[in-house]
Amino acid sequence: MSALVDIRDLVVSYPDMARKPLLGAAPRNTVLHGITLAVGRGQIIGIVGESGSGKSTLGRAILRLIEPDQGQIVFDGTDITHLDDRALRALRPRFQMIFQDPMSSLNPRQTLHRLIATPLAIRGDTQAMDKAANALDRVGLPSRFLARYPHELSGGQRQRVGIARAIVQSPDFIVADEIASGLDVSSQAVVLTLLQDIVRETGTTLAFISHDLSVVRRLCDSVVVMAGGKIVEAARTTTLFNTPQSGYTRKLLEAIPLPEPDQVW
Amino acid sequence: MDEALRTSPRATPWRLWLSGGWLTLFFGVALLAPWIAPHDPLYQDLFLQRLPPFWIDGAETGHPLGTDSLGRDVASRLMHGASVAATVALIAGLATCLLGSVLGLLAGFYRGWVDQVISRIVDIWMSFPPVLFAILLVAVIGTGLTSVIVAIIVIDWTRFTRVVRAETMAQARMDYTEAAHVAGMSRFATLMREILPNVAPVILSVLTLQMGIAIVVEAILSFVNLSVSTDDPTWGGMIAEGRVSIHQAWWVLIFPMIALFLTVLSFTQFGDALRNRFDPVLR
Repeated sequence: MSALVDIRDLVVSYPDMARKPLLGAAPRNTVLHGITLAVGRGQIIGIVGESGSGKSTLGRAILRLIEPDQGQIVFDGTDITHLDDRALRALRPRFQMIFQDPMSSLNPRQTLHRLIATPLAIRGDTQAMDKAANALDRVGLPSRFLARYPHELSGGQRQRVGIARAIVQSPDFIVADEIASGLDVSSQAVVLTLLQDIVRETGTTLAFISHDLSVVRRLCDSVVVMAGGKIVEAARTTTLFNTPQSGYTRKLLEAIPLPEPDQVW
Repeated sequence: MDEALRTSPRATPWRLWLSGGWLTLFFGVALLAPWIAPHDPLYQDLFLQRLPPFWIDGAETGHPLGTDSLGRDVASRLMHGASVAATVALIAGLATCLLGSVLGLLAGFYRGWVDQVISRIVDIWMSFPPVLFAILLVAVIGTGLTSVIVAIIVIDWTRFTRVVRAETMAQARMDYTEAAHVAGMSRFATLMREILPNVAPVILSVLTLQMGIAIVVEAILSFVNLSVSTDDPTWGGMIAEGRVSIHQAWWVLIFPMIALFLTVLSFTQFGDALRNRFDPVLR
């Protein structure tokens, strides 16, 4: 069986406006240097690295939220690298994203009902409202929340709405970008367990972007370690944590604070 | 706890009631002026010149706010002046808002050359001194209510464009814009359905401000005799005429000034209060 997402030699760069000459184009800073990665169906793949390592850029580039300079993104056998807006919009329901900051990613002037139903309503789904209610129920929020606004919820509840919005279209692939980093520890556990349950239950493929290695270890089937826009190491989770190959990965693993310092990994 | 949060006591809405009350009175009088004004605002009675308002000795019962130096009823002129002010506030305010906001939304959302063109025009436009520009414009296209309204639109659209552009840019940077993209929403739909509702409170604030400013600009143009014809009563015209006889009949000047002041203040206060009361985010 082929991979669901297949990325080859992906290069992404941003224009550096600070160094832009008076006339002419700004020089570009390359943030992804030829990433090659295959994500198998139903897998949870962790993408870890320090901030600035390019992991969020990679997540966004896979979903075509950032235009790549070079390389190829194949989604379920379709090359989506150069698809135009219209064709891309038709495919959008199949790959979704959960954002880091739900306060910013949920429109503050829309009720949860509208927020969750919007992706379906755009496609003229007549059952959008019912499906939104189901999705809210699936993430464990009571239906009376449907009439509320995002600012009336707690951080953890907001992030559950983010998950509901992503799963309401039954996507094949979800990118979750640092979705737990803004939450307190107990909300983190609730949100991550919920996401894991939903993904396993529906067989959805998940790219889980995080800087938190202990969370990645618990959640993911395989891990990609990134640094400076390159993949340093990619392996099954158990392999990576037991026998890390690169020095960089070993350093990251050593930096994990241990719950019981005497215990050895 | 959630329920308590939703119905928490709010700041007293006295601002909303006071400003809303005055504006209701203002628009009511403006609309009904021909029927409720006690006298013809243009009728001169040279035997009843400079009658004082009702609480001063020598006042006539038929002229509660006195008469001016030509014996015209100040109260009636004030009411008919409200009609002119209300027309200018509504038409010039809304038209300026529409033109300026559309340009601001386009520049702030699409950026690139659209933004370059619009922003440069705004810069150039704002380098003209506004009141001189208005006077020049009316002098060229002729006096009259339509000219005044056109002049206000032509001068003041930049106020909306700058504010709306900045707010649109700030909103477009929020993740919900990208989330709409992920949801498969088109760019234009994202602007209209996701971003516009978040920019609307700012537009509303500037609109109420602009309505007040429009009344002031009309008054200034009346003051220099460049608004509607001198026969028609306007607040600015009354102030100009009252200035001449300030020592003999101060009420001719004071009443339109109070009306102008309260109306402009009420517009700005109403905009703010409305936003505080009904914006789900601030609520």
